[in-house]
Amino acid sequence: MQAGKEAELWMYEKMLEIRHFEETMATVYLEGKLPPHIQKGLAFDIGSGPVPGEMHLAAGQEPVAVGVCAHLKQTDTVVGTHRPHHFAIAKGVPLGRMAAEMFGKATGLGKGKGGHMHLFDPVNRFSCSGIIGASLPPACGAALAAKKLGKDWVAVAFFGEGAANQGAVHESLNLAALWKLPVIFVCEDNKWAISVPKSSATSIEWVADRAAGYGMPGIKVATNDAMAVYEAAGPAVQRARRGEGPSLIEVKTDRYLGHFQGDPEVYRPKDEVANLRKNDPIPRMASHLKLQGYMSDTEEAKLVALARRRVADAFEFARNSPDPEPQDALQDVFV
Amino acid sequence: MSNTRKLTMAQAIAEGIGQEMQSDDTVFVLGEDIGRYGGIFGATGGLLDRFGPDRIMDTPISETAFIGTATGAAAAGMRPIAELMFVDFFGVCMDQIYNHLAKNTYMAGGHIKLPVVLTTAIGGGYNDAAQHSQCLYATFAHMPGLKVVVPSNAYDAKGLMIQAIRDDNPVLFMYHKGIMGLPWMAYFEGSSNEVPEAAYTIPFGQARVAREGSDVTIVTLSQMVQKALLAAEELVAERISVEVIDLRTLVPLDREAVLRSVRKTGRLLVADEDYLGFGLTGEIAAIVAENLDTVQLKAPVKRVAVPNVPIPYSRPLERFVIPQVGSLVAAVRELMTASVRQPLEA
Repeated sequence: MQAGKEAELWMYEKMLEIRHFEETMATVYLEGKLPPHIQKGLAFDIGSGPVPGEMHLAAGQEPVAVGVCAHLKQTDTVVGTHRPHHFAIAKGVPLGRMAAEMFGKATGLGKGKGGHMHLFDPVNRFSCSGIIGASLPPACGAALAAKKLGKDWVAVAFFGEGAANQGAVHESLNLAALWKLPVIFVCEDNKWAISVPKSSATSIEWVADRAAGYGMPGIKVATNDAMAVYEAAGPAVQRARRGEGPSLIEVKTDRYLGHFQGDPEVYRPKDEVANLRKNDPIPRMASHLKLQGYMSDTEEAKLVALARRRVADAFEFARNSPDPEPQDALQDVFV
Repeated sequence: MSNTRKLTMAQAIAEGIGQEMQSDDTVFVLGEDIGRYGGIFGATGGLLDRFGPDRIMDTPISETAFIGTATGAAAAGMRPIAELMFVDFFGVCMDQIYNHLAKNTYMAGGHIKLPVVLTTAIGGGYNDAAQHSQCLYATFAHMPGLKVVVPSNAYDAKGLMIQAIRDDNPVLFMYHKGIMGLPWMAYFEGSSNEVPEAAYTIPFGQARVAREGSDVTIVTLSQMVQKALLAAEELVAERISVEVIDLRTLVPLDREAVLRSVRKTGRLLVADEDYLGFGLTGEIAAIVAENLDTVQLKAPVKRVAVPNVPIPYSRPLERFVIPQVGSLVAAVRELMTASVRQPLEA
């Protein structure tokens, strides 16, 4: 399934937006967290600055998000992981309210209550969780609802290769296959579960091989490439929309940054990231688009400028938004 | 008397584990990122290099499997230490903890020993939101079959850890992230203190008088002990003398230490970073209520804890729900001006 000009340009534009969002956040996140503005003796203070708490960024993993979401409509559901920004952006979650949530502002998606691991956008049907493997059960639920309501909506659950060894993952795979749910399970294998490499945590090389054991197709994408993901995801999404049941896709992708920002990464070979970056999917896609005649140098510059402006606007909106009132903490436990 | 030096709580815990591993071949550790990383919160720092991957075992992200494995290995003669990275993750493996680890000894009529130490990080204060900031010790203390240890400083943490490893029962060892002394998270410096080099134990069920006082008793534990000590210091200027009781363990609970102090001061503040409802603060208040025949209160019991909402992300919201030094100071002042109704005439 070839993507074609329109879809390819959309994927490129979204990848630029994601990368620029993540790189901007990597810089902003450090504000106020380094000496001498923190407790004496500390190298870094995770709880300081305008964006406190853990921060898991997805630079390098853009192809997984855009290659799948290019097939989705607003009525389809996406459930992401603790590293959720690329999925959210590809699903159409508004950047400004998403950034505002990370700044803990009243204008954020969850009024500042959720933070970056807990983004909820019911309009664009996106959610995520800080608990590993937790994306699959609610995706099954969205798929079941579509089936019961007689809609052709599908649901996508993204999860990491580290999550593949969680009970919730296995239970969901069986349930979805048993009930022929319109759901697509997408495993993004970035090789690292915090400090533990896949080879030390998973008994087989491809999580997708487990699909056979649950009675669903297992699709392997060996390159961190948006078009390869697009081609693999197309048939799985169509199969789900036709009511023929779930699929499991696994994509080999790359984590350019630490597990969280501030991660000393003592476990990772020094030159690993530099080597991964030589195969950066974004410039590779730009070359492809130019070769196809889909994009000129001028158009490329325009797209880059557009992504930068969108991200800059989002961060400005977030910074300028008001804090919630302290006692707002007591609201929204129930509706 | 062995030499002492100042350690962080993380260093003290790792030292205690290392010493027990040195002296007992059946002790081993399993959990996520405990090897090369040394534990996300440093509780196993340096142990991989000393003991190798057969005894410091990085696991898949499979808490049900590896906590259940710890239970099974303990029944078969080992003394495992399993690390649940954040207590909030108990949701994915609670069955193995409370239906098996906590109950098997009882259901076997005491014929099975399960010397498992389950370590886990608790607490907020650094804006990690609702799934990574809870304390939840009362949840575990509520269910019979687990001893629950919640240290407030390095000295206690090492002694309690060695005690936990040598105990023949399941022990949940809960360390607050904000007193571990990590290089990447602000912490209360009172939690780093002098720790003997040699191995030693601190018996469970013995609370510590962290500060003596005569006007108000603050009963608390974990990081809140450090906040209470700062509050007590602040109140000196107002000539209010605060006694701080550090419970150290919830199961077993040193009820007598609470009563002894409240009999002296007549005023009780229970300060807690766990949820207010159905929790530790209510338990401590009930102990006093049950003993009003021997305790003379000068003011109604006061409780400060997280109101019954999940921990919010945003800084002003989180600071509002988690009791701060200022909240303790304010609560003590209120206790000093409050009074109890006189008993009704018979």
